[in-house]
Amino acid sequence: MIENRPWLTAISHLSLLLGIAMVALPVWVALVASTHPTEAFGSGEIPLWFGDQAIQNWGAVLFAKAGNGIDVPVWSMMLNSLVMALGITIGKIAISILSAYAIVFFRFPFRGTAFWVIFITLMLPVEVRIVPTYEVVANLDMLNSYSGLVLPLIASATATFLFRQCFMTVPGELVEAARIDGAGPIRFFFDILMPLSRTNIAALFVIMFIYGWNQYLWPLIVTTDDAYYTLVMSIKRMLSVEQGDVEWNQVMVTTLLAMLPPVLVVVGMQKLFVKGLVDAEK
Amino acid sequence: MSVHFPQKKLPYLLLLPQLVITFIFFLWPAEQAIEQAFYQEDAFGLSREFVGLDNFIDIFQDPQYYTSIGVTLIFSFSVAFLGMALALWLAVMADRVIRGKLAYQTLLIWPYAVAPALAGVLWWILFDPSMGPVALWLETVGVEWNHFLNGDQAMILVVISATWKQISYNFLFFLAGLQAVPRSLIEAAAIDGASPAKRFWDIVFPLLSPTTFFLLVVNLVYAFFDTFGVIDATTQGGPGVSTATMVYKVFNDGFIGLDLGSSAAQSVVLMGLVGIMTVVQFRYIERKVEY
Repeated sequence: MIENRPWLTAISHLSLLLGIAMVALPVWVALVASTHPTEAFGSGEIPLWFGDQAIQNWGAVLFAKAGNGIDVPVWSMMLNSLVMALGITIGKIAISILSAYAIVFFRFPFRGTAFWVIFITLMLPVEVRIVPTYEVVANLDMLNSYSGLVLPLIASATATFLFRQCFMTVPGELVEAARIDGAGPIRFFFDILMPLSRTNIAALFVIMFIYGWNQYLWPLIVTTDDAYYTLVMSIKRMLSVEQGDVEWNQVMVTTLLAMLPPVLVVVGMQKLFVKGLVDAEK
Repeated sequence: MSVHFPQKKLPYLLLLPQLVITFIFFLWPAEQAIEQAFYQEDAFGLSREFVGLDNFIDIFQDPQYYTSIGVTLIFSFSVAFLGMALALWLAVMADRVIRGKLAYQTLLIWPYAVAPALAGVLWWILFDPSMGPVALWLETVGVEWNHFLNGDQAMILVVISATWKQISYNFLFFLAGLQAVPRSLIEAAAIDGASPAKRFWDIVFPLLSPTTFFLLVVNLVYAFFDTFGVIDATTQGGPGVSTATMVYKVFNDGFIGLDLGSSAAQSVVLMGLVGIMTVVQFRYIERKVEY
């Protein structure tokens, strides 16, 4: 604060509150919509205050079946989303940390080539190579499977670069000391490097979890079996029933449940989240 | 790093998992897309013939392809501009306040975690022509809202949904940028009698230019590639092709239209585009746009 300008401070608070209200508006409407019976939406207007069907709607969607043509309950799709998100997160971190370790702490022929091959993946987001990737996965017989959901998404140049950056700051003396004390590369990795990169791993975990949970296009095309539907993509299936027959209350419950876990992660681990976001974009 | 481990085989073993995944799921499909782009395949996938550059010539002679380029540009720049302007305003305000800064930040950043498809659905229901509160309110002020029929309105809807989700990201980076502006400069300007608005435009905004440029690139990449869900869940490229971006068209021509050759050629064009954007991002952000 440079000088005291009470009016400007009031405007600041007002703008921020307005911003928060705008950001929260759709969620408020979704929350209200999720508490009304299906008939309420035919009358031509979404009610603006809560109804009395909250427990029935939420209970039915969570435990019985999601509705709108999907016969499995939300909790089972939530489990699929969780498996996919954790698979992608852990897979990405594991393979990236290993390859970054190889690139920084060893000298070997084709080291530069390996680095470039990893770099190229930055230029091939799944949206761009969607049709041929689908064919490859179909050829490998991985449609409708967890490995089909996870594997094509886990190579990550970003994570490899991040770990490379972080490993390069480790002083050479540390490696020398470890070698003099008789620690081999494996021991060095687990006893020295891993503890040093703990916060980086945690921050990356938060970002990658959100990325994995929110995957949409890929699960949409590789799963045709309800049993492998993930929560985020199920919305599309729920909306593809005949126009006018969409049961909005159920769609809204599913939408809210689908956004809840990653939002909780962001709010609950805000510090790590911000660190991960800033690191990942360097 | 000047000290290394002497093992010769271990590093290959360590690199193996990532390289295998990269080859099978990234390089092989990319190679197939490039190959496919030079072939014409019948819709059943039974036979195909080499057609050289015909697929590329076709897409660049197809007026629909230029429409999709136009749609992509309008969509991306609208999202980037709107998202950055709103986020900058909020970040400047948040940088001023002392009380409740963290609470404001928390309440503003959570939409980052919402999947684009869900953001689309949330805004769809607000704007639904027959029951959405915003659409009904627009009707009372004389705007006939129906994004299922009106292409411009469909575009506005997807831009709003995509922007809503991106504000949080821009906000965090702008806030960090603002906090890095040296206080002494602003104090000096204040003593010289510069008003808050003048201080912002003459000192703070120019100093923010590295952040702004970085965010511009990131936002364009986001709008190009990560917003597929918004469009697919709300408008499906419609009405007509008024919200069909280039990425949406690759998917639509490949999976729905089964025109694999054309879809592959479009993929190759997009790969080139991502390549350029990646290089720009690395070149200029490594060097930083700095004063």
